[in-house]
This record gives sequence, structure tokens and C-alpha cells, in this order.
Amino acid sequence: MEQQRILKYFEAIREATDQMMGLDTSVVIMGEGVPDPKGIFGTTLGLQKKYGTQRVMDMPVSENGLTGVCIGLALMGMRPILTHQRLDFSLLSFDQLVNNAAKWHYMFAGQSSVPLVIRMIIGKGWGQGSQHSQNLQALFAHIPGLKVVMPTTAYDAKGLLISSIKDNNPVIFIEHRWLHNLQGYVPENIYTVPIGKAHILREGNDITLAATSLMVVEAIKAADWLAKKGIVAEVIDIRTLKPLDDETIITSVKKTGRLLALDTGYYTGGFAGEIIARVSEKAHSFLKSAPQRLTLPDIPEPTTRALTKHYYTDYVNIIQKVLFMLRRSDIELFTQHDSIPHDVPDKEFKGPF
Amino acid sequence: MNTELSIRLFKNLLYIRLVEERIRILYPEQELRCPVHLCIGQESAPVGVCANLLQDDVVFSSHRAHGHYLAKGGDLKKFFAELYGKSTGCCRGKGGSQHLIDTSCSFVGSTPIVAGTIPLAVGAAFSFFLNQKKNIAVAFFGDAATEEGVFHESLNFAKLKNLPVLFVCENNLYAVYTSLKERQPPRKRTDIAHAHGLECYEADGTDVISVYHVAKQALENIRNGNGPAFLEIATYRYFEHCGPDCDLHLGYRSEQELTLWKQKDPLEILKHSMLSQGITTQETMNKMYAEIAVQIDEAVAFGKSSAFPDKPELSQHIYAD
Repeated sequence: MEQQRILKYFEAIREATDQMMGLDTSVVIMGEGVPDPKGIFGTTLGLQKKYGTQRVMDMPVSENGLTGVCIGLALMGMRPILTHQRLDFSLLSFDQLVNNAAKWHYMFAGQSSVPLVIRMIIGKGWGQGSQHSQNLQALFAHIPGLKVVMPTTAYDAKGLLISSIKDNNPVIFIEHRWLHNLQGYVPENIYTVPIGKAHILREGNDITLAATSLMVVEAIKAADWLAKKGIVAEVIDIRTLKPLDDETIITSVKKTGRLLALDTGYYTGGFAGEIIARVSEKAHSFLKSAPQRLTLPDIPEPTTRALTKHYYTDYVNIIQKVLFMLRRSDIELFTQHDSIPHDVPDKEFKGPF
Repeated sequence: MNTELSIRLFKNLLYIRLVEERIRILYPEQELRCPVHLCIGQESAPVGVCANLLQDDVVFSSHRAHGHYLAKGGDLKKFFAELYGKSTGCCRGKGGSQHLIDTSCSFVGSTPIVAGTIPLAVGAAFSFFLNQKKNIAVAFFGDAATEEGVFHESLNFAKLKNLPVLFVCENNLYAVYTSLKERQPPRKRTDIAHAHGLECYEADGTDVISVYHVAKQALENIRNGNGPAFLEIATYRYFEHCGPDCDLHLGYRSEQELTLWKQKDPLEILKHSMLSQGITTQETMNKMYAEIAVQIDEAVAFGKSSAFPDKPELSQHIYAD
């Protein structure tokens, strides 16, 4: 039965790309390593063989220049996908991305547009360090004219990538490396998940956990633990940071009266702060306690696991924060961290990436 | 001297010159409320290159874009309306002088970040290559753009894929008030382009006919599938970097230097040789001036009398549908 069709997140991305390239000859994909034997963590494997070297391309290590080339392609009616194996590399392309891609449609009063998908992968753990692990989604979300999505599930990865490719605007498509091997139900057909729509993964009345990307996974774990103690959290996968579906979050907070914003990014100026601001502006009188957030600290990621174990935020921190917000000191805080080491995504993971 | 060609190039030079001169006259009214980077003195580059382009060949430019827009055939009324910030402007008042577009003549756009549109022209050329079209993309930029990393990235990729793109560097010797000598070592930019594997050409911007012929050769080579080319045109801007006035009082360049270039003014040189060779008469030439002046009068009046955009325009076109 269709419901049984389970794919990994990276496979869902590959399938979405494959199907859209099959559907629309204006879709091309390029990036450092796209056709190489590892195929961007498996997400582009086999595509060059199927669609040829003119539609599936490697590229010079010129992130800014090739972002501009992709904008030029898009202005001429193509639908390029550009990939960065690490989000950090995209910083070299900020000029083209911010000055041209984001603004072109507006500057020229809608006479031309830039249908461009830029895939970026966030690293974590295994000594990735300060330049291979940055969670800069808030930076992109700050730029007028960009759309920013961060799918968490395999289903959303496929549906949001298809929406992103079909979209007539530059879309920053952010994948967390630790989600690539997560499995989930993925229909075989071409389907879309709308950009600009959050998703309620768990319904609950006691507190709203509004989360991005990998923090959604941690939020679900926390919600499972809390449910056993009789605390029912509503878990919202924000999915699209821009344009933000604050309505879904605000409606939830009006019901629960409490908000814990969870983001993989940093504390100051981060996206969790944006969520809290929106709720404070629009649902302040419904709040039973001060909204809270969990983020990374304002510290670059170190490499050694001796330090990273003090750096990340996981479901245990979420549980602690929820109990604090609900003033449930009667519930014992202690819970087991997962037995897998904290600096790898799963037990099967083998270095280096 | 080819009569038809001389007259055509002269008219185009004159057209751009008179438009720019009109902006100089109007600017003190403080109604053209945007930075203007006039190209007076540099008109040979856009005229000589664009005279060789087909309708579907695409052009990109930078902050000093008036000449490129007009030489490619950009609408003059929409141009002035844009400078006046009106809803009838080529960007409905969202662009001003530095963001020009006219898709009907394949002027894809100009933006003011130095070197910003160079890779876009390469991308456009890449689309021609991928879709097996015979068209050419042209990127106009100044000498300072060759100092930007993205310039080198663009040349590298253009040659890697052997794309139909012409890079046109208008070397006017200054980036704002900083001379080339203070910014680049004593080597030619054609050497850089040559190192990237491009065909390289140089032209004298004081002679529009020679610019035309050099550009023609470069573009024919590109159209024949020989890959990208780089063309440097030696030229000089007469007025300030940004604005309508003379800037000799700033002291960054000498009066003598300016005078020497003005003595080689491309418009005056062509005018005198056309008159002395009997290609045209003073009377015909006066008529040309008068006709263009009327055209400009109409465009200015259109810009002045057009309505400003309404408030809803502010939040339109953030995203494409």
C-alpha cells in the first residue's frame, strides 16, 4: 500500500529533482560535486547519467560568479538549482544573492523574475567546526525578496523542493545534514508542499513548541517524553521561515498560552527571537508565561566533542525548559540522553562527513 | 568613409550626448531625484558596440548605463519618466537612473554594484548555449570592475564553456576619484582576459568608427562559435563621477588632462570629418540636432507630466507570482 512507501530524506530530495527535471527541461542543477561519485550526500546520484552533462553540472569553485550565472540563466527563462555542500560556502555568494537575486524582480517592477533554488546544507558534529556548521537561516530570512524553507521530514523535503523549483522567486532551501538519513513516508507522485505554510505535527493544549529543522526532531522527542507525564505539547514545524506562517503559530499559542521557540540558529538576532516577537505583538494577552527560546549560544561551533557536548541543544533541554515554564517542579527533570554519541546523527554514521 | 554608417553612428552619438546634456540642464531643478552617472565623453563604447547587435542579443550594464540603454534602443520616454520617479518609468519609479530595463529591445538590466551584472551576462550566454540559440550577451562595465573577483570568476566560466559573451571594459581611468594607477599594477586588462583564454581586442573610444569595426570583428568571432571575447575601449568621462557638474575643483585630475581628451571628442571628430568630406552639410546636421531636441522635449514633458506611483506600488513586486 502507498502508505508503506518509505524513503530517506536525501532520497526524497533526489526524487524531487529527478521528477522535476523529467517534467521541465528548463530545470538544470549545478554545484560543486553534483555529478561526483558521492553526489551531494546522495541527493544528486545518477542524475547526470539520466539528464546529461548540460543539465547536471559540476562547477568551478566560484560561488559568487556561478550564483550570478544562475541568475542570468533564470532571467532567460531557465530554472536552475544551485547546491552548496555547506551553507557556509554560500557566504561567498552574498553579493549576487542579496544584491541581484533577491531584488531583481522588485527593482525592475516585476518585468523579469529569478526562479532559482539554492540548496544549502548545514553541518553539525564530527568536528565540523566553525566554518562547516553555521545555522544562518535568519540572515537569509532578513533579506527582502528571498524565500527561505527548512524542511524537516522526508515528505516535506520532496514537496517543498518541488514547490521551490516551481516558484518564480529565489528560494533558499536549507537542509540539515543530520536529517539526510531520516526516513519517512514519501509518495511516488509529484506533489507540492506549499511554501509559507507551517505544519502542526502534534496537537496539544499545554504549550506550543514552534521549531525549525533539526529542532523539530528534538521537539518531537521531548513531546513524547512529556506526554508520558501528562503534559501535551503542540509541536509546529515552521517549515518556511519566509514568508512566515505566523498565523498557525499564533492560533496555537492562543490555545496553549505558552510558547517555546526552538531554532537551530544562534541566540542574538536569531529566528527564535522573531517567533517570540510575532507572538508578543499579536497574542500577548493570551500568554500565561513569558515566551522562551532555545537556540545555540552566541558562540561558533568548536570541533572537539569535549566542547560540543556543552554546545548543542537537544530534547533534554527542551523538557527542562517546558517544565520550568509550566512550573512543574514536581516532575523529576532527569531523563536519559540518547546512548549514541552526541556528535553524530545516528548509530550507523561513519566519518568523515 | 562609409556614408550610411557614419551618419548612423553620428546620430546615435549625438542622441546620447544631447540626452545627457539635457539631464545636466534639468538636474539643478532638483526633480531628477536620483544619482546620475553621465557618460558624456564615453558615448563611442555603447554606440560602436550596440550598432553591431541584433534585437535579441542581450545587454547588461552598470551604474553608468544611460548610453547602453539608449544605444540598444531603450525607450526615451520611459527613461525620463524613470528619472523623474514616475509610474510610467521603465521601473515604475523603483529604479531611477541606475536601474534601467527595456525588455522589448533586450536591454536586460543595469545595476550599480560594480561588476554585479557581469556573471548575469555569462548566465544569459549560457542559456543561449544550452538552448542552441545564436545570440550574444554583452556586459558593459568600467575599469574598476576588473578588480572584482566576480569578473575573474565570470571570465573563467565563460571560457570553460566557450560561451557567446562579449565583455566590454570602458576604461575611463578613474573609479570615482581614484586613478587606475593607484588601483592596478602596470599591466593591461587584456593580459588578464588573455590569461583566461579569451580573444582580446582594444579600441580607441575617441573614434566611434574604429570602435564599431573592432566590436564587429569581436562579435562576428563570437557568433561564429569561437567563444567569449574581451574588448577594452579607452575613453574618458568629462563630468563628475556622479552628478551634472565639472569636478576639476576636487583636484584629483588635471585640467590639462581633461582638455586633451576633449580635443579628441568623438562627436566633434566625427562631425568635422563628415563635414570636411562632404558626407553631410551643416544644414543637415542642424536638422539632426533639432529633431533629437524635439524627441527629448517630448520625453521630458512625458516624464514631468506623468503621475507618481501610488502607495500600493510600494509593496508590489516583492515576489513574482
